[in-house]
Amino acid sequence: MLLEAPFTEKKIRALRVGDKVEITGLIYTGRDAVHKYLHDGGKSPVDLTDSIIYHCGPVVVKEKGKWVVKAAGPTTSIREEPYQGPLMEKFKIRAVIGKGGMGPKTLEYCQKVGAVYFHAIGGAAQVLAERVIEVPDVHMAEEFGSPEAIWEFRVERFPVVVTMDSHGKSLHEKVLAESTKNLSKLLG
Amino acid sequence: MDAKILEKNLLELIRRTSSQLPRDVVEVIDKGWRKEKKDSSGKYALEVIRDNIGMAKDKSQPICQDTGAIICYADLPQWCDERLFVKAYEKAVVKATKIGYLRQNSVDSITGENSGTNLGPGNPTFHFHPVKGKSLTVKMMLKGGGSENMACQYSLPDNRIGAGRDLAGVRKCLLDATLNAQGKGCGPGILGVCIGGDRGSGYIAAKETLFRTLDDVNPDKRLAKLEKQILKEANSLGIGPMGFGGQTTLLGVKITHRNRVPASFFVSVAYMCWAFRRNGIVMSEGGKISRWLYES
Repeated sequence: MLLEAPFTEKKIRALRVGDKVEITGLIYTGRDAVHKYLHDGGKSPVDLTDSIIYHCGPVVVKEKGKWVVKAAGPTTSIREEPYQGPLMEKFKIRAVIGKGGMGPKTLEYCQKVGAVYFHAIGGAAQVLAERVIEVPDVHMAEEFGSPEAIWEFRVERFPVVVTMDSHGKSLHEKVLAESTKNLSKLLG
Repeated sequence: MDAKILEKNLLELIRRTSSQLPRDVVEVIDKGWRKEKKDSSGKYALEVIRDNIGMAKDKSQPICQDTGAIICYADLPQWCDERLFVKAYEKAVVKATKIGYLRQNSVDSITGENSGTNLGPGNPTFHFHPVKGKSLTVKMMLKGGGSENMACQYSLPDNRIGAGRDLAGVRKCLLDATLNAQGKGCGPGILGVCIGGDRGSGYIAAKETLFRTLDDVNPDKRLAKLEKQILKEANSLGIGPMGFGGQTTLLGVKITHRNRVPASFFVSVAYMCWAFRRNGIVMSEGGKISRWLYES
């Protein structure tokens, strides 16, 4: 299904675990340095209301005066577990895109704030880079370095799967429970 | 030796390693894709992965944006001076970073500053072996952070998982490591394993064993059997591609061993993601590449 900007709470609350979604609109990258900075009280250089944060450290180069994304897959999200929920609440962030899923704290905030976790296919840097049609701007590149900066990505039909929704469901919890059970059966 | 030609060859090695997956890896990914259930999230993940492999090759761009740690193994014949080799390699790395084959991936651990060139203390990592023959063999691996973070080391006996100091204990370690890596290490993954050694040498040997191809058979019959068993059992856990559920959790298991001191029994696991970027060349003194390792 399609999800187009603006990313309102109503649209996000309608999403369920397992939905294959294609996102169109402006999203922001943010990973370890950005999350720590915002959590420590840093001021956001962009308005994050109803935004989508992409856990991604892209390869971006300047060609003929324009930023061009060479590779842009997701990074592991769980590292942001201490920060993500509170930041969702403070800035009204509606979704994060990443890989590997997040923990119970983020899941709780997803319910409270009206937010979801989108899983992009890890390592699929080219398929995902191709859906970034424009890079309008970059913020904090000097402080944090290129992979850790806040990049503005205009995306078109960016493919993700909902693996945590705003109704308390998590695919990650489910697969972990099942595989743990399978392993103890195997070990007798 | 002409340093310029060496640098040019190394740049091409980096380009191919970053943008093309080895034949043996692609084959196993295809096999997994055929196995996964229609319309499942696991099959969808492998579909995107297969598209991505084709696209990266066509566009000559990184398969994954995390072009990882640059690990180089070189067998140096007498004509190839180690310092000259390092210089040429570093030049090729800087160039590859500028072009975008490699991400700016070298961060000062004290200040947090990114060197921007992929050069810095310990980056890239070199392992040299002097050899008698006339050919220079260079193997390289790009190993992303997501997969490297999933590496783990067990000290047996391990009470938490009930693993003793034997192959049955090793089996428990490897299945536990697979369970813990779910979702995080960009599966389906590959385990490189070393039984024994010390904490340092065990990890190095575990990583080194990833230079074996996925379709080879371990010459040590006991380990060949264990590799097969772990692969089968791991794929029965239901973790699947990306941890979405499914049958393709691991693409391969490679096990080696080192002697240990009586008091220690380490099992070191190097986890590799599906974007298993390794390649290698065999080169003559004149600069001609006679063979690409891992290509058909």
